[in-house]
Formats: sequence, C-alpha cells, structure tokens
Amino acid sequence: MQATSSLRETLVTGGKTVASVSEDISRQVEGAPTRLWWIAMAISNVVLLFGLYCMAYLLWNGVGVWGLNKTVGWAWDITNFVWWVGIGHAGTLISAILLLFRQKWRMSINRAAEAMTIFAVICAASFPLLHMGRLWLGFYWCLPLPNTWGSLWVNFNSPLLWDVFAISTYFSVSLVFWYMGLIPDFAVIRDRAVRMGANTRAHIYNALSFGWDGGARTWQRYESVALILAGLSTPLVLSVHTIVSMDFATSVVPGWHTTIFPPYFVAGAIFSGFAMVLTLLLVTRKVFKLEDYITVYHVELMNIVIIITGSIVGIAYITEFFIAWYGQVPAEQYAFFNRMQGPYWWAYWSMMTCNVISPQLFWVKKIRTSLVATFVLSIIVNVGMWFERFVIIVTSLHRDYLPSSWSMFYPTIFDIGEYLFSFGFFFTAFLLFAKFFPVINMAEVKSIVKSTSEKKH
Amino acid sequence: MEHNKNFVLGVFGDEDVLLGAVSAVRGKGVKIHEVFSPFPVHGLDEALGYKRTRLPIAAFLFGLTGTSLALFTQIWMLGYDWPMIIGGKNHASLPPFIPVTFEFTVLLSAFGMVITFLIVSDMKPYKWPRQYDLRSTEDKHIMAIDLGSNKISKDEIRRILKDSGATEVNEKNF
Repeated sequence: MQATSSLRETLVTGGKTVASVSEDISRQVEGAPTRLWWIAMAISNVVLLFGLYCMAYLLWNGVGVWGLNKTVGWAWDITNFVWWVGIGHAGTLISAILLLFRQKWRMSINRAAEAMTIFAVICAASFPLLHMGRLWLGFYWCLPLPNTWGSLWVNFNSPLLWDVFAISTYFSVSLVFWYMGLIPDFAVIRDRAVRMGANTRAHIYNALSFGWDGGARTWQRYESVALILAGLSTPLVLSVHTIVSMDFATSVVPGWHTTIFPPYFVAGAIFSGFAMVLTLLLVTRKVFKLEDYITVYHVELMNIVIIITGSIVGIAYITEFFIAWYGQVPAEQYAFFNRMQGPYWWAYWSMMTCNVISPQLFWVKKIRTSLVATFVLSIIVNVGMWFERFVIIVTSLHRDYLPSSWSMFYPTIFDIGEYLFSFGFFFTAFLLFAKFFPVINMAEVKSIVKSTSEKKH
Repeated sequence: MEHNKNFVLGVFGDEDVLLGAVSAVRGKGVKIHEVFSPFPVHGLDEALGYKRTRLPIAAFLFGLTGTSLALFTQIWMLGYDWPMIIGGKNHASLPPFIPVTFEFTVLLSAFGMVITFLIVSDMKPYKWPRQYDLRSTEDKHIMAIDLGSNKISKDEIRRILKDSGATEVNEKNF
C-alpha cells in the first residue's frame, strides 16, 4: 500500500512502516543509556557545576564581579541573552510556521527543535535575571504587583518590560505546544510498557500522556488545538525578537537607534536557530541512528533556510552601514566607523566573515548536502551570531558622546562562568530530553509514512 | 462507574481501508462507539459524523479576555491609579501598551484552549483510559462497536466488519 512520488523527495527512507516508526523511536527511551550518553552527560554536568558556582558567587557578591563598568553596562550578559533567545526561535518557527505552510519535512525535526527552543529560552532568561543582582526582588520589578510605594506600578512604556511579557509568554506557549505534541507519543511508550510488563514505566508515561486514548474525537479536538496553537505561535515568534530588538532600537545610543532592527533581529534569530538545530540534530541522528528519519534532504532544506536568512542578515548589515553614512549624523557615522576600525575591529570582522560570507557557501549543492560541512558551518554561524550581538552591544556603548568616559570591556572569570552555565544547563537538559522523551514526533511521522516513505521491494 | 459493556473490535491496518469501512459499517445501520488510531486520520471525523469542535470559539473567547484584561490593567495603572509622564506622552497612550496586550492575548488564548481541551476530553495525569487494544497507539486502527447500543446481533456485526476489510475481529468486555 505504499507509493512513491517522482516529484518529491522521500522524507522517510529505509522502507519504514507505521510499526517500525514506534520501534525505532521508542527503543532509545526504553533501553539503558549508552556510554556515549553518560560521557556527554558527565561533561555537561561538570560545566554546569562550575557555572552554578559562578552564579552563586555572583549572587553573594553582586553584579560587580562581572567586568561591567560605568560606560559598558551591558556586555556578555545581554549578548548571551539575545544570542540564546535568537537560538530559541527555530523550534517554534519550524513547528508553527511550517505547519501553517503544510511543510511535511518539519515532522521529523520539530520535536527536537522545540525542545531546544525551550531550553534555549531558559538559558536566555537567566541572564537578565542575574543582571538584576537581587533577582529575588525581580517579581516586583517585572510584574505589576501591588506594593507599599503607592502602588507604584511597573512602566508599561518600556521595551524592557515588554520583553518580560514577550519572553515569558513565548516560553510558556512553546512549552505547551511542545507538550501537546508529546502527549500521543507518551501513550505509545505507555502501551509498549504495558505489553512488556514494565509497570512503573507504564504508570509514569500514562501520567505524562494525561491518559491519552487516541479516539477519533480526541484526535479531532487535538488537531484543532494544534492548528490554533500554530496560528497563535506564528505572530508570537516574530513578536519576541522584534521586542528584544526594541530594547536597543528605542534608545538614543548611536548604533542602536535604527528602525531596521526588528526585521533584522528576527532574520538573525531564525538564522542562528536553524544553525543550532543542525548542530544538535546531526549529532542526535548519528547517536540514535535516525538517519532514515532525518535525511540529507532535511539537512539540505534547513541549509536553504540558512542561506535565505543569512542573506537577509548580510543585507541588513550593509543597509545599516549605508544609512549611517547617508544619514550624515556624525555620532552615528562614528559608531559604525568605530565598529570596523576601532579597538573591537576583530569582533566586527569575525561577525562579517561568519555571518555574511560563510552561509553563502551553501549555494553549492555539494556543500549543503555534506553533513560534515553543514556541521562545521552551523557552528561557525553561531559563533558569528554571538559576535553580532557583542558588536551591537559593546561597540555601541564603549565609545559614546563623551570621549572622557570611553572605556573597554574585559570579561572576568564570572562572565565566562555564567556563559558556561548556560551551556552546561542547555546540554544537560537536551541530553535528558533525548534519553527520556521520544526525539521524533511519532504520531506525525506515522501519518506520512504511507505517502512519503520509500517502497520496499 | 459505568456499567459492564461488551464491545466488538474491528482491527484495521490501513487508514484508507478504515475510512471506507467506517462508511460501510455506518451504512449498514451499525452504531460505532469510537475509532482509535495511532495518528490523526483525515476525514475520519466526518466519516463518523462528528460535528466540528467548538474549541476555536473557546480560544477566541479566552483571547478576548486576555486583550481586555491587559488593556484595562495598563490603562488603569498608568492612566488613573498612578499617572506618570514618560517621554512627554499622554498618561494612557495606547501604542506602547500594544506589545503587552498582544502577548497577554496569546498567553490566555493558548492556555485557556489547552485547559479546555483537557477538560472536555476528560484527560488527567492519574486517569487510565479504557484500553481496547494496545496496538491502537502502535500501528492499528481499532473500531469499537458497543453491543449494548446496537440492535444488530453480534455475529452480524462481526460479519459486516470482516466484509468491510477488518484484518481481525475481536471482542472485549469492560
């Protein structure tokens, strides 16, 4: 009963059937973790512990332990924040926007991409929270809670407050969207556990699946919920990085005060998010032997998204530069001249090389279908995107209108430690996810196996 | 607790055969209790004669609540309760309130709809569903027919299921 289209590439190779999808994906949840998993987990945990030590030290002693000074008040912390939020854009984009566009290739990658989104957003949120110093008072500074000063309410005119709402909404809606997708797959593992006689596992996964029954009526409602969540998430994804960019764009700092920021930040976010999805998925498909589900064709399509968004980012850099020259505002002109030729020239040129030149290599079909090249370039893209945020934040701040307050930023061990914390957390969480949760959306892949799988002779 | 029920279960391996079978079985006047599938089968809800779900309406109403609540809160707090001049603008100027209003609309709409979905589908962590056939989450579509709500005899139903393409016909009592 299987058929192959001559017009479209197959999305699931290896002659899979509906039953083999369950078997392939559930196997890694049911088996014991591999040695490779333990090694990766141990490394992530060591990094996480060092990061937690740095975090504890910072909370005890205050934000002064970072390398910030009176001129450069935002540096690695906000760079890391924007970087992680950007990475967190790919998951919901893949699952929501590609669902609305009926792109079936999203189905084998959306689960892992959404998990990545959620962990990346947690990493991102940790930086502004730590930057508050006394983060236990953060509730009063961020949320409109009654207080003893009036009540003196939070300032709803400030993009920083919009950010609080944007990031927390994005996190919670992405979490719900991801979890809704997981519910039928938890039921698969539950029913397999019942058959295997693994009682504890059956009970845990039944609780996780909320007692899913898979009836036609439940599926009908479920599909409706998924579609509306996708419709809600689509503008949400675009709004989040737009609002993050307004943190900068609504200020009067030369280099920040530009109207191009929202679309430029959103494109950059998708660019870095897809790069991170590729980095993680290329490893995941190898470790869990998912080559039949995440094919070279999937990788190629993601690389095409990287070319598009990378080119948008490149054009944005050039536009920004052109407008600074054309606008004839001396402070603005100096800010851009200083980026290229000032003391942070190396950051600027790293950003240009990694973000503008390297994605263009994907125009060559050999490169965009090569897994090794994709892996290397996906990391280069994210290095470049980190430098982009560093350039925007630090080089705009370090030389402002008053030359007597010009300064440089030097990171301390605690700046580095907090960045490491985010990596430690991210990889620990991703490894736990990859071990205990099905890494591919089984229900969705099963629904396309018949139409897009290869015919087995 | 529900009363004891006897079910005849038709097992189908292919979704297109299933869709045909649903129409055939219903055409013969047999009432189908429910069909359990490992993945969403498009057109199954129409074949079973289910009405469209009203969850989108719930989502819209929750969203509307979010919009009004967010707007009301912001206008009241910054416009009336403690008016502040920020950037020389009006106390309650609308444009800067839009981002938070939008986010809150999405938040309430998404959570409200998902919680409604869980309630109407009677889904909760401690509840075990009735498991007609464990393969219904794996690779088989299970058509459950409640003998209590059908006047046609069991053997007749079994024959209809076999004729419409069921690979197996089983029985289960709860």
